[in-house]
Amino acid sequence: MGHDIDDQIFDQNETLPRKELGKLQLERLRKIVDYAKERVPFFREKLAGIDGDDLKSLDDLRKLPFTTKQDLRDGYPYGFLAIPKNEIARIHGSSGTTGKLTFVPYSHNDMRNWTNVVSRFLVAGGLRPGHLVQISFGYGLFTGGFGLHYGIENVGGAVVPAASGNTERQLSILRDLKPDAIVCTPSYALTIGEAIKAHNIPREELGLKYGFFGGEPWTDEMRTRIEDDLGIFATDNYGLSEVIGPGAAGECKYRKGQHFSEDHFLVECLDPETLEPVPEGQKGELVITTLTKEGMPVIRYRTRDISSLSYEPCPCGRTGVRMTRVTGRSDDMLVIRGVNVYPTQIEEALLRVREAAPHYMIDVDRPGTLDVATVRVEILPEMFSASMRDMVGLRDKISAAINSVTGIRMEIELVAPKTLERFQGKAKRVTDRRPKAE
Amino acid sequence: MKIQQIAIFMENKPGHLQTICRTLADAGVSITTLSLADTQQYGILRLLTDNPEKAATALSDAGFVVNQTEVLAVEVDDKPGGLLRILDIISEKNINIEYMYAFTFHRGENAVMVFRFDKPDDAISALQARDVKVLTNIDILKGAF
Repeated sequence: MGHDIDDQIFDQNETLPRKELGKLQLERLRKIVDYAKERVPFFREKLAGIDGDDLKSLDDLRKLPFTTKQDLRDGYPYGFLAIPKNEIARIHGSSGTTGKLTFVPYSHNDMRNWTNVVSRFLVAGGLRPGHLVQISFGYGLFTGGFGLHYGIENVGGAVVPAASGNTERQLSILRDLKPDAIVCTPSYALTIGEAIKAHNIPREELGLKYGFFGGEPWTDEMRTRIEDDLGIFATDNYGLSEVIGPGAAGECKYRKGQHFSEDHFLVECLDPETLEPVPEGQKGELVITTLTKEGMPVIRYRTRDISSLSYEPCPCGRTGVRMTRVTGRSDDMLVIRGVNVYPTQIEEALLRVREAAPHYMIDVDRPGTLDVATVRVEILPEMFSASMRDMVGLRDKISAAINSVTGIRMEIELVAPKTLERFQGKAKRVTDRRPKAE
Repeated sequence: MKIQQIAIFMENKPGHLQTICRTLADAGVSITTLSLADTQQYGILRLLTDNPEKAATALSDAGFVVNQTEVLAVEVDDKPGGLLRILDIISEKNINIEYMYAFTFHRGENAVMVFRFDKPDDAISALQARDVKVLTNIDILKGAF
């Protein structure tokens, strides 16, 4: 399906030769360092003794200190605001996965740039003027709904702002308005796919051709299932509100990673322990510096997102470095009996066992001295058998798949379909009840 | 000859069985016999009813995971060695029992057992060849009322 998409490129900066791109980045980096120092007390203190002019090459980025989520929390509510309040165009917010809210203010220029970078991945993934798009992302402080909304309109498409939730209504919109594309989180796409099956709606009755997904980690197996269920070509996009929201990076039709909008965001991939760069292609934590952000610039922001980068040329002509899909967050990573496990690995294993629905929860406990991880998995109705032997066989199959992906044994608990919580925003699938180390 | 059994996936939660029985009662379906196979976390409730189609529809509509399987209801002499005789016939033919449970009523002098065999057709011919009565739905309904 992807081969139907022509090679349109939305913004000429997407194809800047890397040498020119590097020049532009250095110029912008110098400016943003001075800008941040001048306007934000946190950076004035952190960047004491370093001026933009001291940066002779992009490698000098490594002289700069990091910004963390905790720093942003400490600055609540306006500590990182770099423009006068009456110049704010929008405020979004993020609670992160762990609680306290942080606000992210945007200037009018930030809004234009954000809309521009969203437009880039939309066009790369097949959106064209005249397309109708159902946005089933949450609207509100979460950047997903509004970010995509403005981008779609900017490209010349039309929006049905369905927002998330009320799956029955989502189905009515899909069937009656026949949008060309859908925007939501991958897990909500699965929920919609299930509902389509439950209602026996033939795929031909839907007009969907493209899907733009983001907001949470997912896997290739999940993509295949979503594409089958909805009859679409699905692309992945990446972003986080602290940096801008969706649009920091996005896939082209070749889907060999998500191209960063490097004229706006300078990205590094670092070992989360040593904070040294990892070799190209190896997994590490993405660290992002905003190059043009006025409302709330961040310098070397530690995203906690685990990914890897590739500078190999892409057949689409875009020169922006490509990131692999986020496989987890460095703070989502579970260490179970000394082994690093990401929730997405469980998802991958479940999708390999065709009988299991990719809906699961992980509970980690330490009843004695050893960690015990229990995965609660929904069975699919068609695989339920009256024979206990079949059911035990299913459980063993899931257990073996998880073992082969993660390298550790987990307890499997089969639960009835549609009994586990469905997530419309970021999924929270892990409950860690182990005593916390102080 | 074969009888439709309804199986329901049950999480071990208070009130679950009640909801199932209420759903069947509301649908006007009568349970003729049942068995419960359970693990720590979940159970498989197997039911024979006077109207399996209606039972399955009512339970699915109520959100339960339902599976329909064919089983055999076999008359067993209600005396020492009665069940043994059936098992001898079955094992001679290399037929496996996946699970079995008993009926709550007698047919005359006989007890009735429900079997799920891995080769139900072979089981029917083996049992009938030795004059063991394999009951039909109608037989069961007659026995139940």
